[in-house]
Amino acid sequence: MTVAAVPAPEAVLEREAVRSWKVPIALGIFTAVALILFVLLGRDGESTFRLSTETDAFRLPDLTIPTRPGGILVTVLLAAITAFSVLRARSAQRTPLWLVALFGVLFVLGFLTWASAGAAVPMSGLLAGTLGLSVPLIFGALGGVIGERVGVVNVAIEGQLLAGAFASAVVASITQQPLVGLLGAMVAGVLVSFVLAAFSIKYIVDQVIVGVVLNVLVTGLTSFFFSIVLTPNAALLNSPPKFERIRIPFLADIPVLGPALFRQTIIVYVMYLAVPLVWYCLFKTRWGLRLRAVGEHPQAADTVGINVARTRFWNVSLAGAIAGFGGAYLTLGAVGAFNKEMTAGAGFIALAAVIFGRWDPIRATLAALLFGFAQNLQNVLSIIGAPVPSEFMLMLPYVVTIVAVAGLVGQVRAPAASGKPYIKS
Amino acid sequence: MTDQQLPSPTDAAPIVPDVPEKEPGESRWHLFVRELTTGSVAISILAVVLALLAGGVLIAVTNEEVQAAAGYFFSRPTDTLRAIWDSVAGAYSALFQGSVYNFRRPGFAAGIRPLTETLTFATPLIAAGLGVALAFRVGMFNIGGRGQMLVAAAAAGWVGFSLDLPWGIHLLVAVAAGIVVGGLWGGLAGLLKARTGAHEVITTIMLNYVAFYLLAFLLRTPVLQAPGSNNPKTPPMKETAVFPDLFGPGYNLHAGFLFAIAATVLVWWLLNRSSLGFQFRAVGENPHAARVAGINVKNVYVWAMLISGGLVGLAGTAQALGTIKTGFGSGIDAGIGFDAITVALLGRSRPWGVFAAGILFGAFKAGGFSMQAAEGIPVDIVLVVQSLIVLFIAAPPLVRSIFRLPTPGVGRPSRRREAVAK
Repeated sequence: MTVAAVPAPEAVLEREAVRSWKVPIALGIFTAVALILFVLLGRDGESTFRLSTETDAFRLPDLTIPTRPGGILVTVLLAAITAFSVLRARSAQRTPLWLVALFGVLFVLGFLTWASAGAAVPMSGLLAGTLGLSVPLIFGALGGVIGERVGVVNVAIEGQLLAGAFASAVVASITQQPLVGLLGAMVAGVLVSFVLAAFSIKYIVDQVIVGVVLNVLVTGLTSFFFSIVLTPNAALLNSPPKFERIRIPFLADIPVLGPALFRQTIIVYVMYLAVPLVWYCLFKTRWGLRLRAVGEHPQAADTVGINVARTRFWNVSLAGAIAGFGGAYLTLGAVGAFNKEMTAGAGFIALAAVIFGRWDPIRATLAALLFGFAQNLQNVLSIIGAPVPSEFMLMLPYVVTIVAVAGLVGQVRAPAASGKPYIKS
Repeated sequence: MTDQQLPSPTDAAPIVPDVPEKEPGESRWHLFVRELTTGSVAISILAVVLALLAGGVLIAVTNEEVQAAAGYFFSRPTDTLRAIWDSVAGAYSALFQGSVYNFRRPGFAAGIRPLTETLTFATPLIAAGLGVALAFRVGMFNIGGRGQMLVAAAAAGWVGFSLDLPWGIHLLVAVAAGIVVGGLWGGLAGLLKARTGAHEVITTIMLNYVAFYLLAFLLRTPVLQAPGSNNPKTPPMKETAVFPDLFGPGYNLHAGFLFAIAATVLVWWLLNRSSLGFQFRAVGENPHAARVAGINVKNVYVWAMLISGGLVGLAGTAQALGTIKTGFGSGIDAGIGFDAITVALLGRSRPWGVFAAGILFGAFKAGGFSMQAAEGIPVDIVLVVQSLIVLFIAAPPLVRSIFRLPTPGVGRPSRRREAVAK
């Protein structure tokens, strides 16, 4: 009797395929919202986008879109991107980032089209307002990125912004020189950073504790001096000259973008330079490599001869200078005087932008712009009037951020040694 | 899916207890003296002294009489010194009389009223501080206190003025509604972190704004708005739903304080005696090790944020049903959600520590207002003193070097240093 030989089961090596459905799900949610808002709850009428103002050199005619067909078009495009993303996910591929960005822009355009039925959206005003509200957020986020990349969590952004705003107002008022005020703002930001650095590096206090406490301390100090010194002597101490807006001759005439981007104060132009500069220095220079090494693996950095404590100390100070510079925008660029607690939580939003932007200066800047847009929406909606209760419109950007963080960013990885003190043994 | 723990704000809570090790062969008296000079009690007291000194410097420097007298300091230095003494002593005695005992009032019953005010201010600070501290112990940073308080106040307030329930039950239902809704609001951030990895710092900040606009909307609709009113304000709470006064109508202290005490006991039990609390602390110390040990880290995140939000919700409830019974607007949180972070830090994220820190900050709040009224010193000085206290307490080596105290355990690895370095 013979036993039929059983063929040995062949080992099948499966290709490892990681299917992440987060992006398609997030895009699907947005597409569903678009379908409900723009199509099912679609509004009749025409939406006008005012592309030029009276002062522009080249004036573009207003762009008028019939609201409901426009909404349907946007929804179809959104659905197409979502379907593409689903296909990519099925074949275990990632959805490219630019497509997600395009999705976001389309969604915002669709939203504006829907919201502005029967009204006109001033596009340059929208952009200029967004930029204006974003400036302190972007500087704060840059300071946050540098701090965390070198391994010190910078929760004190709020304090640095506020100190910068306070110092710039006082210094510029006394000297009547806004540029000197700018210097004062940087010094103030550095001083806040010194405390953060000293306590977290020398005394090894938990960095989050120091950061939170510094925010309270700076709020208390500036409010105290504002009430008791600045208010009685407002003419001498709290009436800084504002920066003049500088019009860049050729670029300012670009339709739509030009007036918003190139009729700004010097602070904003510095920002245009600072963002790419920080990115370049972080990722392409020796300084950046050392900085990131200290933030990722301080022990390894120490082994090859980098002084961890000194690197951290001076880079945290630099972060403070940048954030303080952003604070000066509040007084010298926007408002023209210091006010109690005038940052109003901008530092915390900058912190969110740092994490949202995955500790990358460019992405953090984009995140800060998104938050600036969210805050500016309030002003725009008061002009065009809102179809649903305005509170929901104002809430939407924050909900979008939550969905985006949950779906698109997901689990982010901070610099490995961020928040961890380095104790040389 | 890897569970990458974010190191940023999450490693916040200093957890190792600060008990100096007992050395064998040391006399009891020796031990007592060492404990007195190097223990955390001494550091805490010295930190408060230092912070008050710094506040005194600020008060003196900005005082006009001091400035005037300093103009002729070298001819008559005593004038300057007297002016400094007058300004600082005046400020701090006003602070004390506004927060503990007012000597200018006749009789004990009237004199002790400031202390009850302190406890009234402390009630929401304790509850919210416990919530933030609990999240810290799990390694999470709950900046969403504002949003959780707002939705909790809305829920408790709605139950408080729109339902008709018998005395006692009504209050309990309203408190439960506040705690549950606050907990769900916080739990949402926990759920998002557990399921998608969304960082709780972002989600809680964003949920603050969402809650604020949600409440602002509801305050314009008949759901929360007082009928026949155009103000975005709720109607007053029904008599059956408010926290009863503890010492009669002459004092503002209400039964919410008892809830705060109960919450402290509960959190202490939860963290130190229950199995869930053990999981909390394990995840807070090291989520990777906790997962290897078989703890469901994601569930712990959700539960921690649920409970944390519920505690902050109790603070919102105490505001809506106790402190401001006549109806509230969207400013009902009064910045307590952020103050709670400082309270939790000062209390080192331990339940009774938070309780004490809440009472201290309540005293500063109550006293700060009377100091502003009596001496014209802006109430913001209180913020400076508070933050300096936390800063000094967090850095024992600094306090020790200022007062030239001996370092505990010289010659062997310091435990305190490790405790702070966590």
